[in-house]
Amino acid sequence: MGSVGAKDIPELLDANGKRIDGRDLNELRPLKIEAGVLQRATGSAFVEWGENKVMAAVYGPREVHPRHMQENTKAVVQCRYNMASFSVDERKRPGLDRRSQEISKVIGEALESVLFVEEYPRTSIGIYIEVLQANAGTRCAGLVAASVALADAGIPMSDLVPAVAVGKVAGKLALDLRKEEDNYGEADVPMALVPKSGRLVLLQMEGHMTRDELKTAIDMGVQGCHKIYEIQKEALRKRYSIAHDGGDAQ
Amino acid sequence: MRQERHGQRHGPQRHGPHGERGPQEDRRRHERREAPAPELVKERTVVLPGQELDSGDYHPGYGTYREGGKIYASVAGILSIRPPTIRVIPFSGPYIPQNGDVVIAIVKIVGPTYWLVDLRAPHYAPLHYTGTPWKVEYGECGEYLRPGDAVVVRVEGMDQSKRIGVSMNGDGLGRLSGGVIEDISPTKVPRVIGKSGSMIRLIETATGARMTVGQNGRVWVDGPQEAIFKVRKALQIIDKEGQRSGLTDRIKLFLEER
Repeated sequence: MGSVGAKDIPELLDANGKRIDGRDLNELRPLKIEAGVLQRATGSAFVEWGENKVMAAVYGPREVHPRHMQENTKAVVQCRYNMASFSVDERKRPGLDRRSQEISKVIGEALESVLFVEEYPRTSIGIYIEVLQANAGTRCAGLVAASVALADAGIPMSDLVPAVAVGKVAGKLALDLRKEEDNYGEADVPMALVPKSGRLVLLQMEGHMTRDELKTAIDMGVQGCHKIYEIQKEALRKRYSIAHDGGDAQ
Repeated sequence: MRQERHGQRHGPQRHGPHGERGPQEDRRRHERREAPAPELVKERTVVLPGQELDSGDYHPGYGTYREGGKIYASVAGILSIRPPTIRVIPFSGPYIPQNGDVVIAIVKIVGPTYWLVDLRAPHYAPLHYTGTPWKVEYGECGEYLRPGDAVVVRVEGMDQSKRIGVSMNGDGLGRLSGGVIEDISPTKVPRVIGKSGSMIRLIETATGARMTVGQNGRVWVDGPQEAIFKVRKALQIIDKEGQRSGLTDRIKLFLEER
């Protein structure tokens, strides 16, 4: 450890244009999704994405608590994103903070846009995202996990929601940032896509990018999302291939 | 490549064991669709939320939705086409009450003129004393049903915001005494019942137990201890493997064991 000087900033791109972990600019980190990992929850999923480990659990539709949040025409989506105290290098103070409140809100709203909330008036759908190990891009990992968990719970939804971040690293746009790239890069743009309609349901930006760069970044992110979408579907198929081996599946 | 896929797809599917999928199984549909759209999902295959289904002249049933003239799946499950409806039989999902459902409920709260019962739905439902076969005096509900009692009731009077009530007037409805209740996933109820009750009959005759199956996935079982034990095991198998074909054979085999 020492003072953070120019020396400590790692070389984010090498001479061959490879990234710090050897990836190309538009290459995702390895992503593994498992659905139905928890017994007690209505639906659940576990995501390992690079060095991220994220668990998502879904409950409901169930009664709304607190009662005054109940809506007579639709279900309310209550989302909680939380980082474990051991998920980062230096112990994180447990509990809600400004950051996790914001992330809970944007993830909840992204998922609400694909859920058929009108089907379950006066109820709540609870989504719980626990980050066990973090390495940049946890809101995307959480969203990816939560949407698989919702499908696992059998709650009607118009589509799964893949998500990924695109950032700017050493002057170049790069897909799916890892921690060093996020910390020392110039920009970070997480986004979530509804693949069927091509609608973005989450788009945030931190840092600086030109207008053209942002457009390219969105294109890169959308392509990345489509790859993630396939992995999400694969995870659900795998979950149910055990339940359904009728020989005439697929 | 393309031809190969054709051959593979159609062969095993039509001959696949359909088990007790129901009297509604319509195979003619299958043959008719072969020619025009080979890429579309076939009946009995696994579909996932957002997947495009055959938009032909079907009505979108459970687990599907229509958007821009096309029909998509909204839950993970198995595609079922029974003209005029196309629907998805979900792998999992909550119990959502429908008018006319006969369910097994547990009394939770006793009021002066009603009981609140738990149907495994998002909310408790009121059972008013006029909905019972008894002459109940005001404030004396507790003398008839107490918290924890199990009742067989029918769902009635669902309105737009899905508020419901339940009634105990009718055939086969009433208080349950003795026996045990086993919970299974509500999506597996049709498998427990079987084609016009064939699965229930199979289990009952093989074990000598009596069963009542609620649409909400609660099954009441009574009889000799041995029989109850066996039925519960069988129910657990159905709950776990309910989507497989050849379920009846599997259960038959299990019941004949020992």
